[in-house]
Amino acid sequence: MTLELVGLALGAALAALAVVFVAGPLLRESARGERRAPADDAHVRLLEQRDRALAALKELEFDHRTGKVSDADYRALVGPLRREVAGVLQALRPSGKRPKREVDVHA
Amino acid sequence: MLLVALAGRDFSFVYVSRSTSRELPLGYTLASFWSGQAGSLLLWFLVLTGVGSAAVALNRRLVRDVLPWTVPILAGVGTFFAFLLVVVATPFATQVPPVDGAGMNPSLQNPYMLAHPPLLYLGYVGLTVPFAFAMAALASRRIDERWIVATRRWTLAAWTFLGFGILLGAKWAYEEVGWGGWYAWDPVENAALMPWLVATAFLHSVMVQEKKNMLRVWNVVLVALAFGLSLFGTFLTRSGVINSIHSFTQSSIGPWFLGFIALVAAASTALILWRLPVLRSRTRLESLVSREAAFLYNNLFLVALALTVLWGVIYPLVSEAVRGVAVTVGAPYYDFFAVVFGLPLVLMMGIGPLVAWRRASLKALAASLAWPGGAALATGVALLLGGAGSSLLGLVGYTFAVFVLAAIVLEFARGTRARRALSGGSWSAALGTLVARNRRRYGGYIVHAAIVLLVVGAVGIGAFGTTREARLTRGETMQVGAYTLRYLGSEQTRGANAVELRAGLAVARGGDELGVVRAGKNRYLAEQQTSNEVAIRSDWLRGEDLFVIADQFNPDGSVYLKVLVNPLVNLIWLAGLVFVAGALVTMWPDAREQRRLARRFADEGVLARA
Repeated sequence: MTLELVGLALGAALAALAVVFVAGPLLRESARGERRAPADDAHVRLLEQRDRALAALKELEFDHRTGKVSDADYRALVGPLRREVAGVLQALRPSGKRPKREVDVHA
Repeated sequence: MLLVALAGRDFSFVYVSRSTSRELPLGYTLASFWSGQAGSLLLWFLVLTGVGSAAVALNRRLVRDVLPWTVPILAGVGTFFAFLLVVVATPFATQVPPVDGAGMNPSLQNPYMLAHPPLLYLGYVGLTVPFAFAMAALASRRIDERWIVATRRWTLAAWTFLGFGILLGAKWAYEEVGWGGWYAWDPVENAALMPWLVATAFLHSVMVQEKKNMLRVWNVVLVALAFGLSLFGTFLTRSGVINSIHSFTQSSIGPWFLGFIALVAAASTALILWRLPVLRSRTRLESLVSREAAFLYNNLFLVALALTVLWGVIYPLVSEAVRGVAVTVGAPYYDFFAVVFGLPLVLMMGIGPLVAWRRASLKALAASLAWPGGAALATGVALLLGGAGSSLLGLVGYTFAVFVLAAIVLEFARGTRARRALSGGSWSAALGTLVARNRRRYGGYIVHAAIVLLVVGAVGIGAFGTTREARLTRGETMQVGAYTLRYLGSEQTRGANAVELRAGLAVARGGDELGVVRAGKNRYLAEQQTSNEVAIRSDWLRGEDLFVIADQFNPDGSVYLKVLVNPLVNLIWLAGLVFVAGALVTMWPDAREQRRLARRFADEGVLARA
């Protein structure tokens, strides 16, 4: 029983050492990831925002066609959505410099 | 190796000798791979390594910078199961071989048990994938949408396996356990239901994140909860902690499992709290009458139901541990909350699809609801006039079911009409294009239709079923609903591994002879156990079953029978097929979406490498 426990403890210690050894580079990489340029994150978010806004616009058009969205609701919703799409596309336009911030969708 | 040992009935393996016998048919012998504790843990481990490797390999480009964390998380879970298999419960222990094995529990000797456990395990284990990717995304601070895209189909597949596995388990219970019902709120049945409910909530709320960038914290919480509950389910099934029909095995893995569940819960909570500042969304709910609000309500009901079931499962454990008093939480507790949370959920399934994203005016919503609401009202009145008012629950359940079905039909009809107006062509082509262009939405509606079928079946058997009991001697008859049963006598035969005793009953309805059904008992020789073998006569046109239990064979030749007429029960099994069909539509790859994502993530990939 004691031998078994010693074996288990040694095995656990070996496993812990292996985990630290394997995870070392990951932890360093993660620390580098924390220091990523904010502009990079903003660019990723803008790409997502573009796709999201375009999909929402398409869905709104379709829902309006099917009658799920009334004319009044459509008129109230389509303007801000179109402005959002335009704003994101504008922000994504190559200008030699990445954007510093996301577009405020509720502007 | 274990499969070879099982197929060869190599009783020098302790596991083989404890779970099989020489007389056990080969199919069940191989199925005993997962009927015992150590074998099922090995199955968990095998499925995890296979599913984990495939998920990592297929997503290696999409989430390259998340994988360095995903792999260790998957490996960590795998290590835990490997540890259990090596140290606590190995299926490879050997012994001096006995002459014969102990055999398999007779209840498990049913064709549905060949598929039910592996499907459940595919579901449980599959939920590890979204968990590993979500936690890896948090750890690596890459909390954009990619982990969701990477795991969407894996989550759907796990959810489908789990859902279908639960239904197969219900079918097994219906045929094999022999009390006439299909779901008994057994703790281990609940153990599979809970992660399924939470995964269902996640599949809805993740759409809100994709469309509106909201509920990001909530989604990672749901993923962690679903995985934790899948571990808890395995723990309940395999630790023997709760004395239920499924807990065939008692072992020492319990404390290890509890420790691991606690570790997973603590680590997930810490990680989520650590990343809370970047997870919080700036987007707010625009209106309480919107699709995203409907998803939120649906999530609240689903999670409330899951937590209520969880409390029902753990309360007896807590009571026994704290007060030393063993209590049981019975079906009335679960039935009450299933109705309280289930009926609004069904209603939301009808309302949700008819509400627009962002916001909808009440006037537009009322216009959308008019047709389904009218259909539901007309059904309610027709049911009342037809005499179905004896059960309020049945009346409300069927009315809501018609409401949801009408809403689904309306969605398909309006969508097809709009698609045809846009691109011309035939109605069928327009319908095909409509579904192909938005598989998740319309596949989801098919799944909703499956849930409606299940509700109709469950309400049918629960609210409008008939039960009669009688002791019959040869030639005597009994009446159950519209059926007349005449006892013809009993006979005993020798089966493959059991002695089979059957009571023959001639069945007639309205003067028409419908044939003979045979219900009885099997006495398993190797296992030294007896099981009830019910007779079920299904009428698919009427959707009902005549369910016969031969409870007792008396020395004087008479038999004590319990006979049930289960109306609409077959819709529950049909729901399983429709559910899988809908899930397949939802999961089917969409080339247009793939191209769009490839473009977006190609940009991100360039960025990541920069």
